[in-house]
Amino acid sequence: MSQKVLLNATEVNIILHRLACQLIEKHNDFSNTVLVGLQPRGTFLAKRLAKILKEEYKIKDLKLGLLDITFYRDDFRRSDKPLEANTTDISFVVENKNVVFIDDVLYTGRSIRAALTAIQSFGRPEEIELLTLIDRRFSRHLPIQPNYRGRQVDAINKEKVIVQWQEQSEEDAVYLINN
Amino acid sequence: MSELSVNHLLGIKYLNKEDIQLIFETADHFKEVINRPIKKVPSLRDITIANLFFENSTRTKLSFELAEKRLSADVINFSASQSSVKKGETLIDTVNNILSMKVDMVVMRHPNPGAGVFLSKHVNASIVNAGDGAHEHPTQALLDSYSIRERLGEVEGKNVVIVGDILHSRVALSNIYALQLQGANVMVCGPKTLIPKYIDKLGVKVETNLRKALEWCDVANMLRVQNERMDISYFPSTREYTQQFGVDKALLDSLNKEITIMHPGPINRGVEITSDVADSKQAIILDQVQNGVAIRMAVIYLLASKIKQ
Repeated sequence: MSQKVLLNATEVNIILHRLACQLIEKHNDFSNTVLVGLQPRGTFLAKRLAKILKEEYKIKDLKLGLLDITFYRDDFRRSDKPLEANTTDISFVVENKNVVFIDDVLYTGRSIRAALTAIQSFGRPEEIELLTLIDRRFSRHLPIQPNYRGRQVDAINKEKVIVQWQEQSEEDAVYLINN
Repeated sequence: MSELSVNHLLGIKYLNKEDIQLIFETADHFKEVINRPIKKVPSLRDITIANLFFENSTRTKLSFELAEKRLSADVINFSASQSSVKKGETLIDTVNNILSMKVDMVVMRHPNPGAGVFLSKHVNASIVNAGDGAHEHPTQALLDSYSIRERLGEVEGKNVVIVGDILHSRVALSNIYALQLQGANVMVCGPKTLIPKYIDKLGVKVETNLRKALEWCDVANMLRVQNERMDISYFPSTREYTQQFGVDKALLDSLNKEITIMHPGPINRGVEITSDVADSKQAIILDQVQNGVAIRMAVIYLLASKIKQ
């Protein structure tokens, strides 16, 4: 097994600030916009972005929700390992809101498809956008593309992109792992 | 998340502690789902479930059907009173006919104890026991424990008394297994004629004095007297039963603590419990009904995940 560092902590930090600025350019004071982190790993990115927006760019009343898509996935009974559910925590209605989905890696697009179905349980959004830290180009099974991307990566299918967050592994880093 | 250790839910007797924990954790997620504005998830859209009720039921049948529909399964319903069973068809023939319509899972209530176990050995589908005679009613026991956990924080170490018709109750047996598996202390209380001989061999305390039982317990699960299963008289009159084993507000108020009151339904108001008890804050009867949908969603979801394509 070999691993290559795609992004180190400094680069992750720069990208997070750039993504935060891009969100502000589009959504201004976030009065009609909500951020939704996709469980499990998109929530780290979502919380980090929300922190930057609140603390450094003084966005008040920023709404952040966490969405679990386990029960909406299309690989139920196809997967070898049981699907693990996480908590959904959306305390607001998304009716007529601009929703920004936040996930760490965009790969096949199937998780995002599931999220598009899942969010309908909370209302009919005005618009849905997608923000990902890593966009694995050429790996898509569905016609889904991010509106905001941190870094685009070309990786073959047997390679894995692993995003590590300080909250879990004491460092921010993105690795390309070849088994 | 791990997997259930079983492919069918035939009784609590066949589950282990980790299975119950897994069902509860999954039910927590489904409880969140059923409190959303849109209460449906598409997980089981390619699964067909047959609800076979060879015995009357309101709550359990509706609860299973709702759970299945909220998971987006296709559902077919069957009740024995309107079927070819009346013409003499055997259980296996009935079920095999239904299964040839490409059914993946069978939820069955049957008056004969062991009907679910029998069926699981002869048909190729996942079986959920929705009550087999006076034997087991596993999803009821699961939702009862889940409701205790929700009200009191945990089941382990709690004192639970099951009051009433223990002899004819499938809820009692499943509850005894489920509660003991989770570390609760269990007592049964009722007229001697309605307490099975040797029940103490299951490790439960036996009490015939209701006041003493209530003084001991944290939770009292009041059972209905199952007149439909009684071939002889087990007590002199309903009035006398109520006087000795019925719970009213005055009795509860006279205790030095607040106990939680449960009832699997249907309630005979004024017999097992009075209306003021059934409608009081101490009673979690409607919570049990709501939790029943979440628990049944969890059971069906977890069993369906073991049906590989």
